[in-house]
Amino acid sequence: MADLILTPNIDGADDFYADLLDTHDGMDTADSHALNARLVLVLANHIGDRAVLSQALKAAAFDQKEDTQ
Amino acid sequence: MNKIFETPLYPYSHGPDEDAQVPVRHQVVIVGAGPVGLAAAIDLAQHDVDVVIVDDNDKVSFGSRAICFAKRPLEILDRLGCGQPMVDKGVEWDLGKVFFDEREVYSFDLLPEDGHQRPAFINLQQYYLEEYLVARVRELQAEGKKIEIRGRNKVSAIGTHPDHVALEIDTPEGSYNIEADWLIACDGANSTLRAMLGKDFVGRVFEDNFLIADVVMDADFPTERWFWFDPPFNRGQSALLHKQPDGVWRIDLQLGWDIDKEREKRPENVIPRLKEMLGDDVEFELEWVSIYTFQCRRMEQFRHDRVIFAGDSAHQVSPFGARGANSGLQDSDNLCWKLKLVMDGKAPESLLDSYDNERIHGAEENILNSSRSTDFITPKSEISRLFRDSVLNLAEAYEFARPLVNAGRLSVPCTYDGSPLNSSDALAGPNRTRPGSPCPDVELPGGYLLPRLGDRFTLLTIDADAPDLIEEDGITVERLALSVKDDPTLLLKDRYLGDCESAVYLIRPDQHVAARRPAYDDLQFRAAIRRATGKE
Repeated sequence: MADLILTPNIDGADDFYADLLDTHDGMDTADSHALNARLVLVLANHIGDRAVLSQALKAAAFDQKEDTQ
Repeated sequence: MNKIFETPLYPYSHGPDEDAQVPVRHQVVIVGAGPVGLAAAIDLAQHDVDVVIVDDNDKVSFGSRAICFAKRPLEILDRLGCGQPMVDKGVEWDLGKVFFDEREVYSFDLLPEDGHQRPAFINLQQYYLEEYLVARVRELQAEGKKIEIRGRNKVSAIGTHPDHVALEIDTPEGSYNIEADWLIACDGANSTLRAMLGKDFVGRVFEDNFLIADVVMDADFPTERWFWFDPPFNRGQSALLHKQPDGVWRIDLQLGWDIDKEREKRPENVIPRLKEMLGDDVEFELEWVSIYTFQCRRMEQFRHDRVIFAGDSAHQVSPFGARGANSGLQDSDNLCWKLKLVMDGKAPESLLDSYDNERIHGAEENILNSSRSTDFITPKSEISRLFRDSVLNLAEAYEFARPLVNAGRLSVPCTYDGSPLNSSDALAGPNRTRPGSPCPDVELPGGYLLPRLGDRFTLLTIDADAPDLIEEDGITVERLALSVKDDPTLLLKDRYLGDCESAVYLIRPDQHVAARRPAYDDLQFRAAIRRATGKE
């Protein structure tokens, strides 16, 4: 089973971060939240692997409970 | 008040040019005796160019201003004969710590790499840098070089001509005229020359104010760069603490946009803020306080015929990343060898257009990095703040988020990818030494590599044959022959060969790679020399 990657994995992290914020540029907060929600769903579909998604949910929630792998 | 600010370093004295019937012509006049102007003058004087620096002041710059000097500029200062006193006096550091709220989120090491003579960074007040540069000017004068600094000489008018520039200069004893074959404008972000020539300087204004304070204190904070996001002592804003020589500490506090600058600058308002940051029991004395806002912008072109802009007069960045004075010294490093070849008739005037090309590339990189840092430090919307704070929270727990934390991307030299002076890469060698790259240092048994590259064209051969001297249309290239047999650390191999057995590098006087191949090829290297001097 694949493990969630929690070490740096984006080539050109600053470029990515700038793109991310540029996508939000000019939006009001509600639209930005909606964009973020869509983005999570798009990326989740790309990952596909339920085990990885489950680890990602826990990581983002700072849920330190041991994963049962 | 520190005495260094009050003592004239290059006092006005009446010179013969002021009494000349016909304006005296100099090869180069430099306007502005700041770090960039002084460095350019020293570089040119070392190459026997007759150079005059004029400045409307006669003292070091007030306040400590630029304080972080990066490895590459220190290597340039070495070439100018004054790197050592800077490094001796400066405070070396390579560790940065990032705090969020009350917690340390992570720390980073700037140069986790061996084999460099110079550290990643030193902190040194700009006034010391200027003082040491002026001392170097005096040394060159004692050696008989034609270099002069004229204090309280203020340019009041400029006339541009096809083959020279004419200047009218005001002094305490009246005005006089001089002429220059070439003029280098190093008169800072508020450049008078730029205004006189009516050149634009557009870019982005950041709506924020920063309080900058240099305090003298006996404190046992470590020699590290400490950066806070949203600390308890400056809620919703950022803060920076940095050590300088003589027990002076630089403190930067973000204040926000809607503030009363005059009020915030008063000691009775500054001191309580600092006490909150440093703790009640720390005794300190204010050396310098200022409030600044900043812009990221550049001139559309740095070269305007015979007037060439360098440093802050040409481009301006936010202070996060130490990309101001550091990039200005790289401008001068890029310009001077080209100007010398053009003046000697060994290269066409068009070589100077590559200064524009390469240093605009550098300025763009610096503006991009410093704008991004500023956007991270001062988020401009609720969502960008949410992302910022999320990155900081994640960074504490997970390594992946740390590269996203941007409290300043510290100055590294730019690689001139796509420069017209580069020959195409013919070696399957390391990426970091591809044409356009600044040469990385290497420790060798006989000393470090960079000082051996000097300030002339060099043919660096590693386990490859080549002539000891090449002459190509007035350009002399000397060979430096090295071998991995004399490379106990294997860093020469690592940085210049990679998996290749041998390599030949053509290295420019500013220690950037112009061409590289696995072996010497007379035709190819002669073409590379011509290309690197603007002849192809």
